Amino acid sequence: MKKEILKLRGVKVHFPVQAGVFNRVVGHVLAVDGVDLDIFRGEVLGLAGESGCGKTTLGKAILRLVEPTDGEVKYISLDDNETELTSLEKKEMDPFRKKLQIVFQDPHSSLNPSFTIFGSLQDPLKKFGIKSKEERRKIIGDLLEAVNMRREYMDRYPHEFSGGQRQRIGIVRALCLEPELIVCDEAVSALDVSIQAQVLKLLMQLKKEKNLTYLFITHDLSVTEYLCDRIAVMYLGRIVELCDSEDLYNNTLHPYSEALISAIPVADLDKQTKRIVLEGDVPSPVNPPKGCPFHPRCPKATDICKTEVPTLKKYSTNGNEHYASCHLIDLPEIS
Amino acid sequence: MAKSSLDKKFDQIRKREEEKTFSTKKRSRIVNKFLNNRLAVLGLIIFTIIILASIFAPLLSPYDPMRVDLRSMRQPPSFDHWFGTDSTGRDVFTRVLFGGRVSIFIGLGSAILSAVVGIAVGCYAGYKGGWIDVIALRISEIFMSFPQIILVLLLVSITGQSLFNLMAIFILTGWGGMYRLARARMLSLREEEYVQALRSFGLSTFTICYKHMLPNALSPIMVNITLSTAMFILTEAGLSFLGLGVPLNIPTWGNILNVAQDILILQNYWWMWGPVGIVISVFVLCVNFIGDGLRDSTDPSQQG
Repeated sequence: MKKEILKLRGVKVHFPVQAGVFNRVVGHVLAVDGVDLDIFRGEVLGLAGESGCGKTTLGKAILRLVEPTDGEVKYISLDDNETELTSLEKKEMDPFRKKLQIVFQDPHSSLNPSFTIFGSLQDPLKKFGIKSKEERRKIIGDLLEAVNMRREYMDRYPHEFSGGQRQRIGIVRALCLEPELIVCDEAVSALDVSIQAQVLKLLMQLKKEKNLTYLFITHDLSVTEYLCDRIAVMYLGRIVELCDSEDLYNNTLHPYSEALISAIPVADLDKQTKRIVLEGDVPSPVNPPKGCPFHPRCPKATDICKTEVPTLKKYSTNGNEHYASCHLIDLPEIS
Repeated sequence: MAKSSLDKKFDQIRKREEEKTFSTKKRSRIVNKFLNNRLAVLGLIIFTIIILASIFAPLLSPYDPMRVDLRSMRQPPSFDHWFGTDSTGRDVFTRVLFGGRVSIFIGLGSAILSAVVGIAVGCYAGYKGGWIDVIALRISEIFMSFPQIILVLLLVSITGQSLFNLMAIFILTGWGGMYRLARARMLSLREEEYVQALRSFGLSTFTICYKHMLPNALSPIMVNITLSTAMFILTEAGLSFLGLGVPLNIPTWGNILNVAQDILILQNYWWMWGPVGIVISVFVLCVNFIGDGLRDSTDPSQQG
């Protein structure tokens, strides 16, 4: 039986846009605009979408690195206790900080250049009650070995490591408090393809060993295909399609996902793919188009798309739940 | 086959590694890097000599810096008076030593104190942002918009000339620059992902900004401290030269230089103003070398 670990309900993150002499608020960037999402324990949920669609902001909003403007983020513990995270005071948030962690995109800015690895990792451990230095060194040393690095590396400085090594240290940092959910914010995008594979393999191995759940934020659908159990596709701050990863590739419902999938390069010369080229840019999130946010670029758009905002509806493909928000799907909706 | 010298070296290294005697030096990396910088070490040596000489001035010179000796007025340098004597027969060397005490105290003291204030405010406000930042920024602008000389004049006319008034004014007008430097560094550092990572652990604002972020903001601040030490010493000299700084009866480098206002002295008695001018320049130069060395040695991405 699948159990949720996180439930997002109507999560919105709006950044004010200020202008003029008195910094008057003239509008809002709707970075994340009403996201409902369940993340199940032990799964790898991919979150895909192009640059600027709000994937990273959503990931950070879950950890409250960015304060959500509206909506609920509920954490469900192993014994079914629900806690609403967004309304907690800073101190009350601490026990949940331990459960939710993040691996960042850029391995070059994600480690403090002035501290050794041990130096920058020990404060969180200290804060969460590991008082003796030997114990802290042991925890970090064990984790370094778990990511195939040498124990002694903890006394080195970040500039002594390569990009792939730094990213593994970033993973060590995320793991050091034994979290349950890790947000991987484009964790491999900045790495070489060969190193990408190495780090991805490591992530999957760690997931098995430590019963982790991943929210895997990426813009690279070819990566998600092999890793993720389910994939959510975001466009302009909203989720437009959410389904099992196989169904996304074989039974694509939303025209935006179709376009994304058609853009994945295929290493087969004989295979003819129909490339769907989207016209124009992502519309400004300050002033999203009326109706379906995707309609100005959608090759299939009709009149209804220009006026009515589609909601995320539930369908069924291959007997699996499949959510999509588009007016033009001719499958029966499941309530 | 004979081993080449490189092979031998490598064997030695390997042997040391096996015996675990490799890199057992406990000296900190920053100190090591600083000591490798020759100019900085030279600066530190001369800096230390000047400071020690000032502190132990009574042991180095038999004269009293304030005592007037009318029998030996305006004497050129000799074995009795190394830097000669001034118009009232006071030994210039002694006065330079004693003057160093006050001048260095004012320069270094004001620079360090204004840096402490500026960093404390700048780090917190820069990291936190919001209304704290706006208020701190406006206050610093108010202080920086007053010309130092006017403030000195104001305070001197209200409370009279004194050393601490001068320092207070230096700190009041000086912390703004440090604050802005610290704040600007913090603004760019707080977007770095390691800061986000620390926040994701829920660490306290103080730990994040003073322990983890400050070391990365420190190198430009170090340089600024040394530069402003030099600047404060020069300003003190300038103000004393005008008769606005430290009361004239206290010997400071500026007050000694004061005599050069007289064209007669400037032309005929070089020893009254020459040596002290050189000491000021050398000291300021040394402080700048030390600052450069500190900046290089605290930058962790530079190999040393």
